[in-house]
Amino acid sequence: MTAPVRDEVGRITRGELRDLFDDYAACLDAEALREFPAFFTEDAKYQVISRENHDDGLEHASIFCLGRAMIEDRVTATVEAALYQPRSLRHFVSGVRITGEENGEVRAEANFLIIESLVEREPRILMVGRYLDRVVREDGSLKFRERTCVFDNYRIRTTLVIPV
Amino acid sequence: MSDTTLRNATDRVWPEDGVTRVPAWIYSDPEIYAKELKVFHYGKTWNFVGLDCEVPEPNSFKRSWVGERPVIITRDAEGEIHVVENRCAHRGSLLCWKNRGQAKDITCPYHHWTYNLSGDLMGLPFLRGVQGKGGMPRDFDKSKNGLTKLRVAVRGGSIWATYSDEVAPLEEYLGPEILMRLDRLVSRRPLRLLGYSRQIVESNWKLYWENSRDPYHATLMHPFLSTFGILRTDGDYHSVPLQEGRHEYTYSQYDPELKNKTSEASKQIKSIHSDLEVKDKEVVSSVVDEFKDGMMGAFQVFPTILVQQYFNCLVVRHVIPKGVGAHELSWTYFGYADDDETINRLRLKQSNLVGPAGFVSLEDSEVLSLMQPVVESCPDSVQVLEMGGHGTEAQSTMMTETLIRAFYDFYRREMGL
Repeated sequence: MTAPVRDEVGRITRGELRDLFDDYAACLDAEALREFPAFFTEDAKYQVISRENHDDGLEHASIFCLGRAMIEDRVTATVEAALYQPRSLRHFVSGVRITGEENGEVRAEANFLIIESLVEREPRILMVGRYLDRVVREDGSLKFRERTCVFDNYRIRTTLVIPV
Repeated sequence: MSDTTLRNATDRVWPEDGVTRVPAWIYSDPEIYAKELKVFHYGKTWNFVGLDCEVPEPNSFKRSWVGERPVIITRDAEGEIHVVENRCAHRGSLLCWKNRGQAKDITCPYHHWTYNLSGDLMGLPFLRGVQGKGGMPRDFDKSKNGLTKLRVAVRGGSIWATYSDEVAPLEEYLGPEILMRLDRLVSRRPLRLLGYSRQIVESNWKLYWENSRDPYHATLMHPFLSTFGILRTDGDYHSVPLQEGRHEYTYSQYDPELKNKTSEASKQIKSIHSDLEVKDKEVVSSVVDEFKDGMMGAFQVFPTILVQQYFNCLVVRHVIPKGVGAHELSWTYFGYADDDETINRLRLKQSNLVGPAGFVSLEDSEVLSLMQPVVESCPDSVQVLEMGGHGTEAQSTMMTETLIRAFYDFYRREMGL
C-alpha cells in the first residue's frame, strides 16, 4: 500500500489528485469539451488504448494525441464536425493512488467506469479501465503531462466520441 | 400487410426494378443471413484472416475469424503458415483463448487433446484408459481426428483462407487491379504491427459493406473530410467495380490546394466550415509521400476487408459478421519493419482519422446502428439506388451509387435472388 503523501507546499497529495480527477470527470460528463484541453500541459500525451494493445506493447491507440494542440484539434473536430447521436455520459473514478514521484511529477493510477445513456436505450457500460497518469503542478494548478486511458473492453461499443 | 416472417429465404423475390432497389429484408432475415455465410464466407471465396506480422516468429499464433467461425492462424517451427478452426475435434470447445502469442502446440483446455501447429492430433490423455479400463477403441485413428484445416494463401504480408477446394487461386480471385493495390501496401517491405482497434456495431454486415461503396455520403456525413480538404466532391475521384461487382476500388489524387477553392459543389455542402483549421498539420497531410504516387484510395475484397489509406495511416478493416443484426469491425494498423521514428509517429497520429474514434469514420457506425432497427421494422420497404443512373459501370464521380448497384448485381447472382 502506498503511504499517503503529506500535504506540503509544492507536493502533490492524493486529495488534490482526487479533486483533479473529479473536475476532469465533471467536464466530460457536462460535455464541456472546450474546457478539456486545459487539463493538460503543452507537451502532454493523451491516449485511449485497448488493454490488448497496451499489454502486448503495441503502440496504436484509438485516440492518440501528442501535445495539447492535438487535444485541441480533437475537441474542434468533435464539436464542429462530428455527427453522433445525443448521449449522456457519467464517469465514475475510483481507487486513486500515487504510484511514484520524481522531480515534482507524480505518477498516479485510478479506475474509471463510463456509463452511456442513449435515446430509446437502457443505460449501459460504454467503457471500463484504468487511468495511468503523470501529473505536474503548473502555475499553481495540477495538469496531466500524460494520461493513458487503458480500456478493458475487448471492443468499443459502436463508437468512441467523447474523450475518456 | 404481408407477413414476411412466415416466408423462407427461397421464397424471397427481389423487387422488379432490379439493382436500383434493395429490399430491406436482406438486412434482417436470418435465413438470408445463414445463406450468405454458407455461399460467401464458407463458400467459394478467399477470406482475409490476418497479416504475417501478427505471427512474426516460428511457433506463434493469432486468433481470427472466417464468417462467424473462430480460426487460429499459426506459424509452425519451419515458418509455414496454417489456418485451422479454433474448435477442438473432440467436443467442439474453444481451443485457443489468448488473442496472440507463442506456442509449440495447441492443447484443448477441456480434455487436453493436443494438436501440432498445422492442426494434426498428436495425442490425447488416457488413450488406453486406466488400469485396463476405458480409453479409446483400438481402431480410433488420430490422423482422421485433427482440426479442420482451411486452404491457405499468402500474398506479400497478407494471409487468406478458404473452406473451398474449388475457388480459383488467390491471385486470380483478387485480379490484377486489386493485386496491384494490395501489393503496393503489403508486399514491397516487411510489415510491422502497430495494433488493433475493435468495435462492435449493431447493424447487419452489409450495411457497412455498402457504406464503404458509397462515396455519395462521404463528404456529406463526414464533414471533417471536406472541411480540411482531404476529399471533396469536386476533386478527382473514380469509382470502379471489378469482377462484375465482386470487388471494387476507388481512388483520388490528393490536391493540397483543394481546401482553398470554392465551387458550386462546395457551396452545396452545408457542413463545410472553411474557417476551420487543425493545429497539428501532421495529422491531415502527407508529410512523407512514401509511395511516391500521391494516390489516396480504398479497395474492397469481398467478403471480408476494406483497405483505405489516409496519408501514412495504413489499416485493414476486417468486417466480421456477428449474427444477422451485428458486425465487428476489426482494424489492424500496420507500418513497415524499417520505419523510422518520424514515420512511425505520423502513422500513430494519423490513425486518429479512422477507427472507432476516427474523425472520418465514427459517423458510419453511429448512423448504421440507428438504421438497423428501422430496416428491421420495415422488411418489405425498398431502398432507392439511382444516384449516377441505373447501371453498374465505373464512373468518375463521387455522386454515384454505381458501386452499390454493382455489388447487388453480384449478390443477387450468387444468392439466387
